[in-house]
Amino acid sequence: MHFQLAWRNIWRNPRRTAVILIAVVIGVWSMVFLGALMVGVSDQMVRNSIATLTGSLQIHSPGYRADPVIDHSMDHPEEVISVLKKTLPVGAEWASRVRVHAVASNARHSSGVTLVGIDPAREAAVSFIGGAVDEGRYLDAEDPYGILVGRALLENYETRSGHKLVLMSEDAAGEIASRAFRIVGVYTAELAATEKQFVFVTKAAAQEMLGMGDAVSEIAVLLPNPTAGDDSAAALQSALPEQYAVHTWRELLPLVEAYLEINRKSVAIWYFVVFIAMGFGIVNTMLMAVYERIREFGLLKALGMKPGWIIRGVVTESLLLLMMGILAGNFLALSTVLIVARTGIDLSVFAAGAEFAGMPRVIYPVLKTEHVTAANLVVLVLGLIVSLYPAFKAARFTPVEALAHT
Amino acid sequence: MSIHFKMAWRNIWRNRRRSLLTMLAIAFACALLVFMLSFQFGSYEAMLNSAIKIHTGYFQIQAEGYQDKNDIRSVVPNPEKVARILDNIPQVSAYTFRASAFSLASSEERTYGVAVSGIDPNKEAAVSSIKRLIREGEYLSEGDSDEALVGALLAKNLRVGIGDAITLLGQGRDGSVAATVVTVKGIFSSGLDDFDRNAVHIPLKYFQEVFFMRGAVHTVVGLTPSLWDLPKVVDAAEARLAGLNTDRPLAVLDWKELMPGLAQAIMIDLISALIFYMLLILVVAFSILNTFLMAIFERTREFGVLMAMGTTKERLTRLLMTESMIMTVLGIAGGILLGGLVTLYFQKHGISMGDSSELFRQFGISGRIYPRFTPLSAAIGPSLVLVITFLVALYPAFKVRKLRPVEALSYV
Repeated sequence: MHFQLAWRNIWRNPRRTAVILIAVVIGVWSMVFLGALMVGVSDQMVRNSIATLTGSLQIHSPGYRADPVIDHSMDHPEEVISVLKKTLPVGAEWASRVRVHAVASNARHSSGVTLVGIDPAREAAVSFIGGAVDEGRYLDAEDPYGILVGRALLENYETRSGHKLVLMSEDAAGEIASRAFRIVGVYTAELAATEKQFVFVTKAAAQEMLGMGDAVSEIAVLLPNPTAGDDSAAALQSALPEQYAVHTWRELLPLVEAYLEINRKSVAIWYFVVFIAMGFGIVNTMLMAVYERIREFGLLKALGMKPGWIIRGVVTESLLLLMMGILAGNFLALSTVLIVARTGIDLSVFAAGAEFAGMPRVIYPVLKTEHVTAANLVVLVLGLIVSLYPAFKAARFTPVEALAHT
Repeated sequence: MSIHFKMAWRNIWRNRRRSLLTMLAIAFACALLVFMLSFQFGSYEAMLNSAIKIHTGYFQIQAEGYQDKNDIRSVVPNPEKVARILDNIPQVSAYTFRASAFSLASSEERTYGVAVSGIDPNKEAAVSSIKRLIREGEYLSEGDSDEALVGALLAKNLRVGIGDAITLLGQGRDGSVAATVVTVKGIFSSGLDDFDRNAVHIPLKYFQEVFFMRGAVHTVVGLTPSLWDLPKVVDAAEARLAGLNTDRPLAVLDWKELMPGLAQAIMIDLISALIFYMLLILVVAFSILNTFLMAIFERTREFGVLMAMGTTKERLTRLLMTESMIMTVLGIAGGILLGGLVTLYFQKHGISMGDSSELFRQFGISGRIYPRFTPLSAAIGPSLVLVITFLVALYPAFKVRKLRPVEALSYV
């Protein structure tokens, strides 16, 4: 009865209802869809960063992060690995690496790079490099002189597969060690900066070149759920001896974490701003609806209707309006997300700009339940709160003045 | 005041609350847009300024292809001739010469790959902010030879301080080995991590000796008084450089070509922001459309009377448009005023970026962002609002023409 009244009241002026519904629908649509785009960007950033050698968490010698040099490597990785086997959840992968600054040069060019010595089989399960080689081949375990370089680096050095590249770095004794490698494969990465920075050789080759025995610089772990690292990190830290430091990707990538934070805040601000814009319309429309019916409210009151019922009636009308707007808005947003997710939004025209801002080249929207719920709750709860104003106005008309109103 | 305007004005205030709410909605949108755009412009400017002032300059003259490859052999062979050309272009406010090469820098303990630049101490100080960025020790002076300025992060990585020696080992212009030992004279910190981790500056003359440059440089870096003068300078320099006889043609690159990433990142940010703003304005427009539409719903009888008395349809349309536009203009004015005041407040005090300042530092913004209130940032948002509300107001204003006096009079 109550709902029926409210429902009929809404459609007494269909055009007005339609107009305010459109405002709510556009608002909800933009909240959900643009929110999904922003989540998509940050999700991809996190996934890229985790795949670009970071992993879910890493284990180092405590001094390594502040000063990533060969002196701060771990001499006995096997003791860490035995702990990993016991502590990590099923499905977790790990890989140990040598990782040092080096200078790469050929006859044409030389520049600073990061030399990464990997265990080819294990590394493929942890980071991007396993699936990123698109010319030549990936490294073999027995590959003492093979090297993988990025596409952008290859172009800078004006070289190609099969040619030589000389790496120089400081060895364990503090002397300059150098070794000539042959390019066996070329990889492509999301960011050109990655392609220019990392060159990959086998772990054994790096250890031999740098005279570091069995020592490694870091061990990276990829968990079954890559972004969750806190629990495993705590468990590992307590199981490992003190001379090892465990860090999650959030600690390893403070910039990505800061970006996520900004992204979260902007989504929240966007929700709020859109709502305010909508709020004005909701209040105004409900006020109109109420003032039009002053006589009616007066009559109802004269017949003995309590003010509380009138408030309930008006709020129910706005609840119905909001619900319709939210339903339609979500439906539209969902369809848009599904359509856009198929191809993504291609930023290739601005490739250099996307790279500069650390954004992926193609953006895919991602719907997260908590974001969608938040958007809908904002609209619904705040919408009901602002419609209390017209509702109280309606409840306050006295029968006499209302009936005198023309 | 025409009778027409007076009627519209009074009509607006017949329902004070509704009109005020409508104007508030418009004012809110305008104030928000003015502030947001000023905020964006302020941060772009900060990013640009730090990149331009620290290193890049507004424009550079280089041998064609140097920008992509940084090949030590792609040189500007006769900098004096380029200097003479630039001296004759009035809009060039300052310029300097640089030469650079990739080298290994070793201290007693560590070795890193670095970008060594030869700079002219006096001219450089007029173009870049490097002199003001010195945190320890001193800037280079004219007579210096084997002395160097080192980025703060590099100094930390190499574990060197003022007075310590660094060995530089690289390749000269002719392909031979270039090696020297320099003393750290100053340590600079720009806030751009990449730069502070990679850069070693030595005097240009000394660089030219060590790297066998035979008097050549790699880049001529220039400034203009403002960005608006840049196209003229680029055109003038290009035209006159064509007259020079060099092995490789020389190219004039503006900051957008020197830092395509930054230029495009600004583009992406601006475009995506405009999409957000358009959606916001659309929501506002539909929110206020109802106010405008009320004319049809509520005042049907009134229009019927007016029409019966002989008021033309054109006049009714004009009346309704005037009402809508008065509200819009008042709202916009209020919005610009409010947005302007808020912006000016923060322009003075800055907005702290809190935990995220580390992120912004990578883009050359340190600590606080200062919005920048400009005619452009004050105009873009409100004009968008004006256009869209105008379009929205057209609907009821033309709807009214369909009224028939007789039916309208009988409407209750």
